[in-house]
Amino acid sequence: MARVLLTNLNKKYDETHAVKDVNLEIRDREFVVLVGPSGCGKTTTLRMVAGLEDITSGEIRIDEKVVNDLPPMDRDIAMVFQNYALYPHMSVYQNMAFGLKMRKFEKSEIEKRVRQAADILGIQALLERRPRQLSGGQRQRVALGRAIVRHPRVFLFDEPLSNLDAKLRVQMRVELKRLHEQLETTAIYVTHDQVEAMTLGDRVVVMKDGVVQQVGQPLELYGQPANRFVAGFIGSPAMNFVPVSISGAGDALWAEAEGLRIRVPREFSSRVQAGKRLTLGVRPEALRIANGSDAGAADYTFATAVDVVEPLGNEILLNFRAGGVPMVARVDPGVRAKMHDNLHLALDPQRLHFFDADSEAAL
Amino acid sequence: MIEGAKWKKWLWFYLPMGMFILGLLFPFYWMLVTTLKPDGELYRPWNHPLYSPFWTSAPTLDHVKSLLMETLFNTWMWNTMVIALAATFISLFCGVIAGYALARLRFRWAGLLGTAIFVTYLVPQTLLFIPLADIIRDYRIGDTPWALILTYPTFLIPFCTWLMMGYFKTIPKELEECARIDGATRWQAMVYIILPIAMPGILSAGIFAFTLSWNEFIYALVFLSSPEQKTVPVGVTSELIRGDVFYWGSLMAGALLGSIPVAFIYSFFVEHYVAGMTGSVKG
Repeated sequence: MARVLLTNLNKKYDETHAVKDVNLEIRDREFVVLVGPSGCGKTTTLRMVAGLEDITSGEIRIDEKVVNDLPPMDRDIAMVFQNYALYPHMSVYQNMAFGLKMRKFEKSEIEKRVRQAADILGIQALLERRPRQLSGGQRQRVALGRAIVRHPRVFLFDEPLSNLDAKLRVQMRVELKRLHEQLETTAIYVTHDQVEAMTLGDRVVVMKDGVVQQVGQPLELYGQPANRFVAGFIGSPAMNFVPVSISGAGDALWAEAEGLRIRVPREFSSRVQAGKRLTLGVRPEALRIANGSDAGAADYTFATAVDVVEPLGNEILLNFRAGGVPMVARVDPGVRAKMHDNLHLALDPQRLHFFDADSEAAL
Repeated sequence: MIEGAKWKKWLWFYLPMGMFILGLLFPFYWMLVTTLKPDGELYRPWNHPLYSPFWTSAPTLDHVKSLLMETLFNTWMWNTMVIALAATFISLFCGVIAGYALARLRFRWAGLLGTAIFVTYLVPQTLLFIPLADIIRDYRIGDTPWALILTYPTFLIPFCTWLMMGYFKTIPKELEECARIDGATRWQAMVYIILPIAMPGILSAGIFAFTLSWNEFIYALVFLSSPEQKTVPVGVTSELIRGDVFYWGSLMAGALLGSIPVAFIYSFFVEHYVAGMTGSVKG
């Protein structure tokens, strides 16, 4: 129903350049998540799409129409806010009907649409209540209901789940995803929570300091991060980073750090030269306890002592030091390891990442 | 344990509260008892054997009668009511709009302007009435209700603006943004969303403005001269003190009756008033 196109979008406040040259295409019916640490410009970008912030330069199109100077009411969008922004002096029904009333819909049509939305969200019983009589999860549903009654072209979500407790958040996350499947409306979703981003997004946009770092499907961001920031931001526990220097020549290149000597996999050899300083990235799940069959593959094993063991039930996190930095390995729950145990760990050579030490870009 | 708690509650809550209430209500009691005393009791010297300042043995309504029949008290009440309501309405209207603009719209010098408006509130009336008298003469509105209806807002508007600005700032701005996305213009968002939520604040500002104009003395004294134009505070003091004769009974009757409307308004809106002073509802 709607495609959103951001072209060279910029936002400058007095001193800060909050959003820098953002180019992004959000396809029809796509669920795109903007994710990044606070102050990365994701919310500002969303507010510019909503029309709540002026655009310093660049262009926003919804379908083919440039909406830069259109007031929010004429953009045919709906937004769900972090604090829900329910009108406290109106009942749930009136809250949901407000947008339709402002747009001069027939009373019977308003009634029909509100009932329909209430059915979808399971809040039929709450229609006569005031927002202050609702729990957090119920308020969240009403805020969603207020957005869907209008059948807008684009949904905007500004951290809608941040105010909920952890359990409810997981539940609402699933519901949001189902709702999107059901409504088939283009959606832009802002969050600082990478788990939310990965589970909800058809595509995820990672931002930092107002700059888009990478755009891709969740598993693409996880598997092929474009730079060190994305690699560290996506995934929990975060990727381990070890500063290494390269030695050797030809096909036999080695990445070395204190107590660590790893053979550089062949696919990197064209991009890596001896003497260069790089950062080696290893996800905690790309590490495992070495066993007998690894004896021949000493190129990818190293010895270390366990610092702290975190048994989580479905997995165990081993904290240790290697290459001069603290690292985490995520291992099978069957592993029996104690503090100060000496272990041999093996790296999965297929899942190593190298980043330029200066530009931080992936090699 | 529970016994002790009860004892403590009496000592630390009911007793101080009782003393507080007693202190606050005493002036009203004094007005009442003075109103009802016959002149004979009122002017008894302190060393008279029947001297009784705190009660009366022969209550009478003579003073009230003379106040209502022999003075223009009813006219004064009417004048005061009209002037206070008009001045309050003007000030509230300007204050709400200015407060909204200062709290919500991002424009240059918004912060400075807010402070500047507050500073005008600090200029004392005893200083302002001289130039204002000049202006009132120029516009030929001296000795008419307009002299007060138009001058009271000089101190009421800054007050209302400042109070409303603070109140509007406590209302999450997302409510308004949401309304604008929902299809309301900025003006509609203010009328349908912000103003209803700000009602406690608007009521407090209104009550305050009304009380201030009801009690105002110096402008009323300077700008009005004929007895039939006067307000209650000025009328009572100028017509019931003749030379060095104080008609205490009627004076106190006037003060008592004059304080009823304000007390009535306060008691009527007290809940909203408290809410207005302590901030708005959470979104």
